[in-house]
Amino acid sequence: MKHMLKLLPFSLILLLAGCGMENLSALDPRGPVAEMQLSLIQLSLYIMIFVIVIVFSIYAFVLIRFRERPGDTHIPKQVHGNRTLEFIWTTIPILLLLLLAIPNVMDTFTLADTGIPDEGVDEELLDEDDEVQDYVVIEAHAHQFWWEFVYPDLGVNAGQDMYIPTDTRVIVELEASDVIHSFWVPALAGKQDNVPGITNDLWFEAPEEGIYMGKCTEICGPSHWLMDFKVVAVDPDTFDSWAETMAEPPEDQLEPEGEVAVEGRDIFVENCIACHAIGDEGGNTGPNFTNYSERTVVAGFLEYSDDNLHDWIRDPDSLKPGNEMPGFGEEAISDDEMDALIEYINTLSVLDE
Amino acid sequence: MANSSPAKKSVLWDWLTTVDHKKIGIMYFLAGLFFFAVAGLEAILMRIQLMFPEMSFLGEQTYNELLTMHGTTMLFLAAMPLFFGFMNFVVPLQIGARDVAFPFINSLGFWLFLFGGIILNVSWFTGGAPDAAWTSYVPLSSDSPGHGVDYYVMGLQVSGAGTLMSGINFLVTIVNMRAPGMSMMRMPLFTWSTFVTSMLILFAFPALTVGLLLLMLDRIFGGAFFDVAMGGNVVIWQHLFWIFGHPEVYILILPAFGIFSEVISTFAKKRLFGYSAMVFATLIIGFLGFMVWAHHMFTVGMGPVANAIFAVATMAIAVPTGIKIFNWLLTLWGGRIRFTVANLFALAFIPSFVMGGVTGVMLATSAANYQFHDTYFVVAHFHYVIIGGSVFGIFAGTFYWWPKMFGYRLSEAWGKWFFWLFLIGFHMTFFVQHFLGLMGMPRRVASYLDGQNLNDLNFISTMGAFFMGTAFILLVINVLISRKNTENTDDPWDGRTLEWATTSPVQEYNFAQTPLVRDLDALFYEKMNGDGRMKAAEPLGDIHMPNGSILPIFIALGLSIASFGVIYYSWPVIIGGLVVTFFTMMLRSVIEDHGYNIPVSEITGEKGEDK
Amino acid sequence: MADNQVVEPQVLPPNPEKATLEGRNKFLGFWFFLGGETVLFGSLFGTYLGLRTSTEGGPGPSELFHLDLVFIMTMILLTSSLTSVFAIINMKRGNFNKLLIWMWATVALGVAFLSFEIYEFYDYYFNYGLGFTVSAFASSFYTLVGTHGAHVAFGVGWITTLLIRYRKAGITLANAPKFYTAVLYWHFIDVVWVFIFTVVYLLGAGG
Repeated sequence: MKHMLKLLPFSLILLLAGCGMENLSALDPRGPVAEMQLSLIQLSLYIMIFVIVIVFSIYAFVLIRFRERPGDTHIPKQVHGNRTLEFIWTTIPILLLLLLAIPNVMDTFTLADTGIPDEGVDEELLDEDDEVQDYVVIEAHAHQFWWEFVYPDLGVNAGQDMYIPTDTRVIVELEASDVIHSFWVPALAGKQDNVPGITNDLWFEAPEEGIYMGKCTEICGPSHWLMDFKVVAVDPDTFDSWAETMAEPPEDQLEPEGEVAVEGRDIFVENCIACHAIGDEGGNTGPNFTNYSERTVVAGFLEYSDDNLHDWIRDPDSLKPGNEMPGFGEEAISDDEMDALIEYINTLSVLDE
Repeated sequence: MANSSPAKKSVLWDWLTTVDHKKIGIMYFLAGLFFFAVAGLEAILMRIQLMFPEMSFLGEQTYNELLTMHGTTMLFLAAMPLFFGFMNFVVPLQIGARDVAFPFINSLGFWLFLFGGIILNVSWFTGGAPDAAWTSYVPLSSDSPGHGVDYYVMGLQVSGAGTLMSGINFLVTIVNMRAPGMSMMRMPLFTWSTFVTSMLILFAFPALTVGLLLLMLDRIFGGAFFDVAMGGNVVIWQHLFWIFGHPEVYILILPAFGIFSEVISTFAKKRLFGYSAMVFATLIIGFLGFMVWAHHMFTVGMGPVANAIFAVATMAIAVPTGIKIFNWLLTLWGGRIRFTVANLFALAFIPSFVMGGVTGVMLATSAANYQFHDTYFVVAHFHYVIIGGSVFGIFAGTFYWWPKMFGYRLSEAWGKWFFWLFLIGFHMTFFVQHFLGLMGMPRRVASYLDGQNLNDLNFISTMGAFFMGTAFILLVINVLISRKNTENTDDPWDGRTLEWATTSPVQEYNFAQTPLVRDLDALFYEKMNGDGRMKAAEPLGDIHMPNGSILPIFIALGLSIASFGVIYYSWPVIIGGLVVTFFTMMLRSVIEDHGYNIPVSEITGEKGEDK
Repeated sequence: MADNQVVEPQVLPPNPEKATLEGRNKFLGFWFFLGGETVLFGSLFGTYLGLRTSTEGGPGPSELFHLDLVFIMTMILLTSSLTSVFAIINMKRGNFNKLLIWMWATVALGVAFLSFEIYEFYDYYFNYGLGFTVSAFASSFYTLVGTHGAHVAFGVGWITTLLIRYRKAGITLANAPKFYTAVLYWHFIDVVWVFIFTVVYLLGAGG
């Protein structure tokens, strides 16, 4: 047990200092929901450390004091039990648990209450002047193995990157199209499941701008481990202009300038748009492409580069087994056409920097 | 009337047809150990894959199959059968019985378990093992291509039927077959925990049976239970699974609690502190085990009321568990503690399990659970309770009862190497996983991306797994090299309970004369207040024993054939298999078996040879 | 422990089914088994209640169920429980022939019940188009009621086997527990049917 006792203070340091990757770790919360959850975790941890210290002290004392010494052959007194002691170690744990149970029940109800207006505006959504706070509703549809974010009030459909305004309550409605998935952005909020046939919801807020890592946490097939997404928090003005452009992409998205890009556009329309819409033009079997070049990764996990785009389009299944996208070999898209297509894809953006 | 003695049988035939609880216990134990090794190997393969980020040691599909089979095998085919081995062997001895209540059904239960386990593992060779995790959540499992999940359904259905029978058998044995003077409140704690465990099996397994039935109907016969497009509901599976699955957790831990109670009391040379509180706590844990299943489903959208209720109910389980921990500590207090390997495992269990227990309370905190759920934190938690509790219990029991079961003592020196290596490996593997979870690593991932600060802890974890694997090899070596330690095996630990009043290996009829029990720790009482031998409750006489039977194998075989018929959807095979089963059952019903008598002369003669 | 000998009626103990340890084991074990069966049917009821409105445009309870038919089935099964009680009373009195007669009556009623059930399923399938795969409601209805039907069929087979096997044996300490447990089982499936009648049919027909 020695090594365990050594690890214990080490674990405390890890927990208190926070560890893991920035904007991924639940130990380094970046919003009120994750903070609430971390403080609950810390409360439970402190209570539990209290218990551990007591048990381990008695344990260590007993093992040292009452170990058999050479030549010792006495028969210990056959004690039956002790009612007072039984009472003590029944009551104290109950009190300790109540200490944890009460804040937990309160937090559980707070987290479950998204305050969606049509359920009656929740007080939490009202600011000091009884005005309804800003909020945005986003539907998160989980697919094998990617995420579709629909903004019903804004007419936006976005793939993989979930843009949110800072300091605004984000209400996420979770749905699934195939199997069960689970929506988790550790630095912002704990998870809820995307269950086929059921709509769950959760809420969170991000006070700071940044890109937060999201993951699917329910096993959903071979590429479960690659089903990552990003939550991109931008200031409310940027968000508004993002949403506006996403809803109605600029003309040059479909009518790009430059000969190569036009060729690429044609290839895109011929091969890709049936599944990857631009604006509201095209299908939604795959992620929406309106702002594709603003993504930081290809397919949710590969570094964004022409080479990776090329490899992905050629053979998606070898990179992300079990995903629905067919591969496009050279007979479908030649190398030259591929270059044009990628050049076109690289022009797809909605934020002017 | 009963004939005098069975004809001489070959060794193989003897074991295939045996209805002797001791032989069945040994078969359970050995089969369990084999599956334990298989599932352990699967775990090591997975840890190798996770040693470095983005490894391509295993494909994603293979990884998912390994994780499914690791969990399923460990729980259903390793941990439970290993405990069943001890229960079968030890419980009738502890209560002073000649056999279990239903020797035939006992044998049937074993063969069903073994055939179920074989069905499950055949899937590796027929195009892919089940791949939807041991929980097999629909619709991932109901839509899973290939036959893997069909093997899961049928394998568990067959072995589950066996488990249910064994559970009923233990219940009736404990209620009806106790020796004179062995009141319920004089039963050893291991017998008590067997009793409560069997209750849990009885009331939990039918829920799994129904869940598997529905999944089978959906997958093979076009049912619509879990098909959302047809009005199905995927959450029903989760409820059915966890109504079974949570009690299953206690099915795995309570027998270990029983073993620790025996081992700690024996090696502290003290009566168990607070015996009645321990019994009561076991009952409460068993009862609460049925009230908390939905704490596995906090994130599935049950609403805050259900979440809050299940959170508080779950926390309540910490209270009886705490009572047990403190009673063990107080049993050690004032004792004369011997650090045998069996006791080392029992002693290591206390801090390890406390750590698993406190993370359990943390997980029960529903609002915080949204962060923990389905991450490596959960993986760490349940390995702390299952290895730190159940597996340590199995190893403690192995070293404790080995002389009684196999007639030789395992080497203490090798055992201590094994113990330390396993303990260090265990904490190394799983302690760091708490942090991996909170740092953003979901569970059941076939790999993880580089650059997420997850690399170091995963590497440490894999190293720990290698330690555990090496330790297990030491155990196997120990079993092989210790075979000459045959002296002092009847009562090597200065035992307190009735099983140590028998010879090693135990006679077929256990006790020549049914013992008279005068107190808790019956044998210890006689050592202190009598001549150190059990008083007899009956005069020496002929002993009636049941005959062996080959029929259980055929019943199990028929069901296995029918299972393959279901998996490959062939009605002739299904019907053929069922005909074999029902015909054999009818034979059993029609042929009356009167057993045989062992005459007094043989009993005293044997006794004479021994002493 | 030699319990195969025919015991004359007058020397049979008042409860022959519990006179031997084997008999007591069987008796207790069977009660435990019925406890497990209760959970099994409880799970099926739960599933049915969760899915009973999911007809997905297919036929639903209110148009399917004919309470008159189901009422007759209920009466048949309740009567069969009564006949099995008479059988056990006669067993305790040591009247083996009457035991046989009442048990055969029980079997006959069980067969009648099964025939009605088969007719019912046939009617739903061919006249209403309620196939097993039509909707989640259909699946859960057939599974719950069908599992009960399978239990009745097994009971009929079990009791018939006992009756044929022991047609000339008289009441013994060996077969008394067997008849007794079979009757216990029969009561159990009867009770389950009462719940099916209430939860499935009455609740379904009433909306």
